[in-house]
Amino acid sequence: MLLYRIRKRTTPLTWQSWAIFLGAVLFSLVASGILLALQGKPPLEGMRLFFQGGFGTSWALEDALVKAVPIYLCSLGVGIAFRLQIWNIGAEGQYALGAIGATWAALHFSHLPGLLLLPLMLVCATVAGGFWGFIPAILKLRMRANEIIVSLMLNYIGIRLLEYLVYGAWKDSRSFGFPMTPEFDPAAFIPSFGTSRLHWGLVLCVVIGVVMTLFLRFSRTGFELKVSGESVRAARYARMPYGKLVVLVMVISGALAGWAGFVETSATLGRLQPSVMAGYGYTAIVVAWLAKLSPLRIGIASFLLAGVRVGVETLQLDLQVPAAFGSIMEGLILLSVLSGQFFKHYRFERLTRNR
Amino acid sequence: MNESILLPLLAATVQSGTPILYATLGEILTERAGVLNLGVEGMMLLGALAAFWASLSTGSPWIGLLAGGTAAALLSGLHALVCLVFQGNQVVSGLALTILGTGLADFWGTPFIGRKAPGFGTLGLPGLADIPVLGPIFFQQDILVYLSLLLPVAMWLFLGRTRWGLGLRSVGEYPRAAAAAGLPVLCYRAAGIMGGGFLVGLGGAYLSLAYTHLWTNGLTAGRGWIAVALVIFAFWRPGRAIVGAYLFGGVMAFQLRLQAMGTNLPSSLLLMLPYALTIIVLALTSWRGRFTDAPGWLGVNIEPEE
Repeated sequence: MLLYRIRKRTTPLTWQSWAIFLGAVLFSLVASGILLALQGKPPLEGMRLFFQGGFGTSWALEDALVKAVPIYLCSLGVGIAFRLQIWNIGAEGQYALGAIGATWAALHFSHLPGLLLLPLMLVCATVAGGFWGFIPAILKLRMRANEIIVSLMLNYIGIRLLEYLVYGAWKDSRSFGFPMTPEFDPAAFIPSFGTSRLHWGLVLCVVIGVVMTLFLRFSRTGFELKVSGESVRAARYARMPYGKLVVLVMVISGALAGWAGFVETSATLGRLQPSVMAGYGYTAIVVAWLAKLSPLRIGIASFLLAGVRVGVETLQLDLQVPAAFGSIMEGLILLSVLSGQFFKHYRFERLTRNR
Repeated sequence: MNESILLPLLAATVQSGTPILYATLGEILTERAGVLNLGVEGMMLLGALAAFWASLSTGSPWIGLLAGGTAAALLSGLHALVCLVFQGNQVVSGLALTILGTGLADFWGTPFIGRKAPGFGTLGLPGLADIPVLGPIFFQQDILVYLSLLLPVAMWLFLGRTRWGLGLRSVGEYPRAAAAAGLPVLCYRAAGIMGGGFLVGLGGAYLSLAYTHLWTNGLTAGRGWIAVALVIFAFWRPGRAIVGAYLFGGVMAFQLRLQAMGTNLPSSLLLMLPYALTIIVLALTSWRGRFTDAPGWLGVNIEPEE
């Protein structure tokens, strides 16, 4: 006894889809509030604290901007792969490799001045992260191995590798047994602006965002990516080098995640330690999808989801809500926005009795 | 290697392979109906927690087992809603499910960390347990191991020999033809998703109630993802899933044994083994593989008719 049926709209919604997007986000906030209430926490007060803590003060905004940097870099990489319908969910591992590469340079060339050392760290992070992205690409092309699973397994391996290094070979002998490398030489720190915590990583983000936009819009490869993403068959028919595109996209994707690892170790922590793995690579997937893969929107979405993280940290302190609440909110936002997109092309029609 | 080391190792292989087996069978059922669900890891974790909680509060591991399956089935119901009704991309929805399920399990599980719940103990099968070699490996286990060995047979019978099984496969193979034959396509797909979710939840329940008896955050440690890879290894066939699950169970058991014996190899490198093996096995099976075995419409949503 179906009361409704699904009809395709004759014209897709335009501005209304923004309202639907906001509605979906609101829905996920309400659902999160209900979860808080189920745990015996005050939901309205919780949401107030969440917004206050995440977006309400200049301290919070600064914190959100700093956290947005790694999310943005990872997400830009993930996004360019998604464009080609290549599901790179290995940003977390590529980020780990980037952090490892940058740390290797920082520890072995600490005598270099910052102007040489920082670019060297960037290059090492690019190579290491890019290599971690190359593996799923080449296994997909040569052996038809599913890139989702390979890139995800490489996350686990990358994290273990990082642990191996900080617990073993690279461990600081003066760290009283804590798993961490020695603190980097000041030359290996990405400088910040004045006394704030905002650093030059932000500038890197802006530059690469502009470069990526130009590349996607005006280069031949950018065009090939667009066509191949919409139809692999069309791309093959037009003799576009699909295999090369897959490798290119995955290496860029991995390299950008590697940059995120470099920025996070060098600007935020100043050494390599396990806490560098904060799940930014997974948040980046949420961001890339929400932002429909455009670099500018990815920037906005990274900032907003970084704000969610900062807000959840406040909840953790003030209401003793577990940190996992952040993942719950991310999952709910993604599911509701994904469902909301349905209404752009379809609507429910009420079935009348005498149809 | 002598018998006193090898037999316990093989018995441990079966134990650590069993949760992966349940999860793989669940995902096979879902994918046979044409739906890719990448939420296995999240569903498994939530199932493990629900089972632990229910067993702790009722004192009955059986109620715990049921709760584990149900919790994972309910979570997979979200995937059904998003993909079947709202036409959401199955890859994205599945990833969201993993993020959500992992978050929920950590969120609700925090108070249980380090606590012990009543679980399933060893239950030797009379007669069979005394068979040399095979007895100690397969028949001196807990009851969920025996169930997991019957399950592939049951699934094989269900998929190959029953009307409903045929309907489920046809919905995954070519939904238009199934719809033309008058089958309720979306209902079959929903049943595949939630039935598969239930089995995945049983795998989670095995982890918390029979394998560790303890709750820790991130208990599954990637087993859900390994199960997704094993579906390809198994060519979507329940029988082959047993081989794959025990292969990984073996590696996990072997790595734990090596750690316990105190080798010079650092534990972080040993812990990489199962994941590296997944990549190698996946690459080899995909390379040599017969992709005709994949359900024809796997991962493709059924658009509403005009």
